[in-house]
Amino acid sequence: MSNVAITSQPRGDGILARLSDALWRRPTLFLVLLLAPPALWLGIIYLGSLFALLAQSFFSIDEFSGLINYEFTLKTYRELFIPANLDIIIRTTLMATCVTLGAAVLAFPIAYYAARYARGKWKALFYLGVMLPLWSSYLVKVYAWKLILAKEGILNWIFEVLHLTWALEAYLAIPLIGGNSLSVSYSGTFLVFLYVWLPFMVLPMQASLERVSASYLEASADLGAKPLQTFRLVLLPLALPGIIAGSIFTFSLTLGDYIIPQIVGSSRLFIGQAVYTHQGTAGNIPLAAAFTVVPVVIMGFYLWMAKRQGAFDAL
Amino acid sequence: MTTAVRFDGVSRHFGSVKAVDAVDLAIGEGEFFAMLGPSGSGKTTCLRLIAGFEQPTAGEIEIFGSPAGGVPPYRRNVNTVFQDYALFPHLSVMDNVAYGLMIKGVGKAERRRAAEATLEMVRLTGYGSRKPSQLSGGQRQRVALARALINKPKVLLLDEPLGALDLKLREDMQEELKVLQRSLGITFVFVTHDQGEALSMADRVAVFDQGKIRQIGTPQEIYQQPTSAFVANFVGSSNVLPADLVAQLGSGHAQASLRPEAIRLVSAGGHPAEIIATSFVGAATKLALQMGDIRLHALIDHRTHDCEVGQQVLIDWNPEDLHLMDGGDE
Amino acid sequence: MRSDKRSGAPTGLKIAAAAGLAFMHLPILLILVYAFTTEDKTYQWPPPGLTLKWFAVTWNRPDVWEALQLSVRVASISTAIALVLGTLCAAAVVRTKFFGREAISLIVILPIALPGIITGISLRSAFNIADIPFSFWTIVLGHATFCVVVVYNNAVARFRRTSGSLIEASMDLGANGFQTFRYVVLPNIATALLAGGMLAFALSFDEVIVTTFTAGQQATLPIWMLEELVRPRQRPVTNVVAMVVILVTFLPILAAYYLTRDGDQVAGHGR
Repeated sequence: MSNVAITSQPRGDGILARLSDALWRRPTLFLVLLLAPPALWLGIIYLGSLFALLAQSFFSIDEFSGLINYEFTLKTYRELFIPANLDIIIRTTLMATCVTLGAAVLAFPIAYYAARYARGKWKALFYLGVMLPLWSSYLVKVYAWKLILAKEGILNWIFEVLHLTWALEAYLAIPLIGGNSLSVSYSGTFLVFLYVWLPFMVLPMQASLERVSASYLEASADLGAKPLQTFRLVLLPLALPGIIAGSIFTFSLTLGDYIIPQIVGSSRLFIGQAVYTHQGTAGNIPLAAAFTVVPVVIMGFYLWMAKRQGAFDAL
Repeated sequence: MTTAVRFDGVSRHFGSVKAVDAVDLAIGEGEFFAMLGPSGSGKTTCLRLIAGFEQPTAGEIEIFGSPAGGVPPYRRNVNTVFQDYALFPHLSVMDNVAYGLMIKGVGKAERRRAAEATLEMVRLTGYGSRKPSQLSGGQRQRVALARALINKPKVLLLDEPLGALDLKLREDMQEELKVLQRSLGITFVFVTHDQGEALSMADRVAVFDQGKIRQIGTPQEIYQQPTSAFVANFVGSSNVLPADLVAQLGSGHAQASLRPEAIRLVSAGGHPAEIIATSFVGAATKLALQMGDIRLHALIDHRTHDCEVGQQVLIDWNPEDLHLMDGGDE
Repeated sequence: MRSDKRSGAPTGLKIAAAAGLAFMHLPILLILVYAFTTEDKTYQWPPPGLTLKWFAVTWNRPDVWEALQLSVRVASISTAIALVLGTLCAAAVVRTKFFGREAISLIVILPIALPGIITGISLRSAFNIADIPFSFWTIVLGHATFCVVVVYNNAVARFRRTSGSLIEASMDLGANGFQTFRYVVLPNIATALLAGGMLAFALSFDEVIVTTFTAGQQATLPIWMLEELVRPRQRPVTNVVAMVVILVTFLPILAAYYLTRDGDQVAGHGR
């Protein structure tokens, strides 16, 4: 490279410069070098573990010795369908559905106001107002609800001050959603899930509402639609991709959580808790592995449905 | 004359797309050379091949006689003014201009002095401490020019440098670039899709289409004697007469070009045509004429003729104004 | 008289939005109050009295300090690893089109898209199979894996916003690959990396689900808290720790927001 006409760089012969030349001449090698560390890390550590786990779900556990029998079988998957386990799956899926619907209803006014009306400082404030709860400690948020729902806590106190304790008791007397107190009822679990995952619904919903121009709504009103009709016929379809993106978070996160139902709720198990107990105290890794496949399959099905509905086209 | 840049059968294919296809080219030292063509014609890829951002899939490129194959951009004494200027947003105007010297290891005081001198050359004295985002489009363009010129390149590549400027500014910059090129004596290779710009600035023009050079020549040659219908159409909105009509006229059997200003209105003889539109273009009136099945454009001095839409006229031209083309394209 | 339609939102909407925001913030504010309560046996509301003494008690608790120290160390190392891996990955994906680009993005996002319990139990069983004992590094292995995506998202967003011709311009002006990285690429992505790093730190500092599977007998601060949540033994100390955790995580999030607010989306979905 000492050609005078082409090069005139006096500092062109250091080791780094020569290494740079070599990489420049082999762009594929350069790409491989860039990709290798992250690909190896994620490929070996993460995907490797994931497949190892998946493989274990095809083994079974010997009922007498409690040891794992390393032979391919679908026996463990059949075990998922015994009534007790099926209950767990249905309970978790129902809860995830309720949390998702609740979050969508609660998130809409926040997202819509932030997207359509908030400007300048207010917009930043709304954004931070959602970001801070999203990123603040999961455990602290759960802990806060343990404080709120406690028998001597603030919620019971409010009902007492308002002389509405009778209403709360009537509500808790309703079978299924009620219980001895809010902190050991499905309603309590629902509230905490809703609280913890709500910001995950607001952000994508707001992003999709930002893209709905105000003139569409004005056009709809101009053409004679009443506000509710405009909402149903124009706003909702246009906001749907964001709602679905948000629902993927709320649904998936609820399916896999095992801490919230353990701290607030009845003693009946959710999928996450089942996985935790089977791999821990029971030592039944194959069944735990099979259980983890359930949320993956449900999520896969959910994404496939969303895609078929064309929900990703606008994303 | 020394050859500054030589292309010898150079191709650059992206998969099945032949961006540049077997191009031969020789640009002389000190020449102001324009690469003209519609978007996607391969002219920018040619520029990037000279700069070293792309490698040819076939053929050889030589820069001042030495092969450029395998030489990275930072080892080529060639600098580029980018279409979007590519000014470093985190550096001041001064540091942008001095960047090349800083990389070469030139001392701080010296490169500061050089940068100030170069900024003065592009008439931006006193702008050194600003950030690129605080400049107008025309000013950014001149910073980009200064940043390249400070390195005293053997060849300066300009990729549509005036494309983002408004008309008035563009005309001023055209003049300024020409003056600068004359005084510095550097080889300029200039990419543009604007035929007016290419013809008015360059010493020679290469017209690109679909990865190939259709014609190389001086602006006069390109304008007056286009060798193909594509060049005639693209460069000067020449009229293209189909081969059978040319044969009818007894001038040979090939397509031919006819410049609008070569057409005149006559009172007898000539060919009958109808005026279907007129437009005022300063010193002349531009006529759209229907002659049989073909549409012609003509430039007529409006002081000598009154032209009304719908009027039947007789038109004629000198036979030597009809340029036969080898018609290599469809 | 009709109100100006463009500026005013319907009152119902205003109330609903305000109520939603209140729902998201009041429970966190409640934590701040509980840190000062004099009651130490129950979660009684309203607090019978206010005191600062629990701060002193917490200050002198070695177990809290140990857990905090472990958390900070894990988060620092994980963030450092995630910064390197995430930036490399973003550079590769943005700069070139290659076969399998989509697959790479998917693998990066998967650790947070799938429920944490799956990542956790996978790693644990892999450690079992490979006979790796639990240690500081097993925690880091898990944390770095799901932190990569946060750095990656921020870096990709910034790379996309940065004109690709800047790198070419630098090389054109004589800078080799390393000089270009040092003088052009790094200054342009620095704030995005800082933001990504802070979010990664916050994510790791707070993580509990994966950690319960990879920590063995060690306690990070979230694990310490989880134990207190399941079997409350020292409520006042927990209250103080909860408050400190809230304040400590707010700072990097605010900083990340200010670093990236012109143009970039803070990678809020990155969890």
